[in-house]
Amino acid sequence: MTSMKTRAFAETNLGEQLPELAIPVTVTLINGGAIATRDYFPGHHDVDAARELGSPHIFMNILTTSALVQRFVEDWAGPLATFRDLRIKLGAPNYPGDTMTFSGEVSERGESDRSLVVSLKGKNSMGNHVTGQVTVVLPA
Amino acid sequence: MADQELIEKVRAMVGREYGRVYAWDKVNAPMIRHWCEVMGVSNPLYTDPAFARDAGFADVVAPPAMLQVWCMAGLDMENYPPGSTDENNFEVLKVIEPYGYPAVVAVNSDLYFDRHILAGERLYFTSKVDSVSDEKTTPLGTGFFVTVLMAYFSETAEGKPDEPVGKQLFRVFKFKPAQRPKAEEKPAGKAEKPAAKRPLPGISDDTRFFWEGCEAGKLLIQRCTGCQTLRHPPAPVCAKCHAFDWDTVEASGKAELYSFVVMHYPEVPPFDYPNPIGLIELDEGVRLIAGLVGIERDELKIGQRLQVEFERFDDQQTLPQFRPVAE
Repeated sequence: MTSMKTRAFAETNLGEQLPELAIPVTVTLINGGAIATRDYFPGHHDVDAARELGSPHIFMNILTTSALVQRFVEDWAGPLATFRDLRIKLGAPNYPGDTMTFSGEVSERGESDRSLVVSLKGKNSMGNHVTGQVTVVLPA
Repeated sequence: MADQELIEKVRAMVGREYGRVYAWDKVNAPMIRHWCEVMGVSNPLYTDPAFARDAGFADVVAPPAMLQVWCMAGLDMENYPPGSTDENNFEVLKVIEPYGYPAVVAVNSDLYFDRHILAGERLYFTSKVDSVSDEKTTPLGTGFFVTVLMAYFSETAEGKPDEPVGKQLFRVFKFKPAQRPKAEEKPAGKAEKPAAKRPLPGISDDTRFFWEGCEAGKLLIQRCTGCQTLRHPPAPVCAKCHAFDWDTVEASGKAELYSFVVMHYPEVPPFDYPNPIGLIELDEGVRLIAGLVGIERDELKIGQRLQVEFERFDDQQTLPQFRPVAE
């Protein structure tokens, strides 16, 4: 759950670790995520189509990954953290039955504009599904 | 090797700009709520108008990661709303496909946000083909990375310039898969999830004793029966007296850290990173390389005392690892 209190910039430290977040990767999340992001690419909802593409099962779409990255950072930063950017790179696919665990840390801290860069990764049983950086601006 | 004709065609498309693609719907609370529900996003800024007003916004705010969602075509992936360009900003993929690259996956999405977007705004984007890579081979297969840049705008009242709200770099890999799917499909049900395992050592007659010792929880070191010299890694001949005969002794497992590295990059599954690896000097006098456990990365010290322990991985191999102990 998102903390209702937004973290103040002064409360944060360079190198600070974010609490880990484990996301069970399910058919429901992959399907529901694809449709909630209006992505009807068959590999995200149709197992036969996914196998045609050489995948063992349907795989998570990148818009869902972006959403989960937002959630991971926002759960820590609080509801009024302002996102300035959200940059991700995908690696190992997220297939149903796996678990993706996010970890991350504050890798840059800009005093002048109260901005933080969080460097993060979401790891599943095959390696890193996602690596990325998110810049948020926090209240003083 | 990629077809030269294909390379020339796609090169000619780099830099091409594409007109507006509109959102089917204005930014709206139902789509936001649905998205938050599925993604497990619980920030009330997106779903509770009273919370949003208290935070100084006129209505609920769109989650930043939804920026791309608003202008998605939907079920028919080429059906854009009236007023949108007829051209497809990813048409370069259709040029590449007939040359034998049927599959596509998204690999990068970099979103940049100029400001909050509120319910009621109508968005559109314009785009530009930023780059097409040389032909590359990845674990997925062989193909091309295609990068498209999008600029998102919010429509304003007649006469005023539309307002930029964000940008996106979107990169896909258009490829021929490395492996074709199996003809025999498993019955529906559990996913076959190819979990990464630790690589297995190559085992020879010279080294078998070491790995069998590990399975038995013993750290065995080769000893020349001619001159009693210990040696590791195992070898067929004594480097000191050149005798071929050898036996083994069980090491105490007490050791000190002779040197170490901490692997950060590249991250290779299934190892955890940062991954500390030690060159370990056993009290018996030989050195071996093994993983270090129970160590904070900032606290590694040359000369610190260590003790062996054994861990079984992937239900198929047992490896010695070393953990710090008091003097």
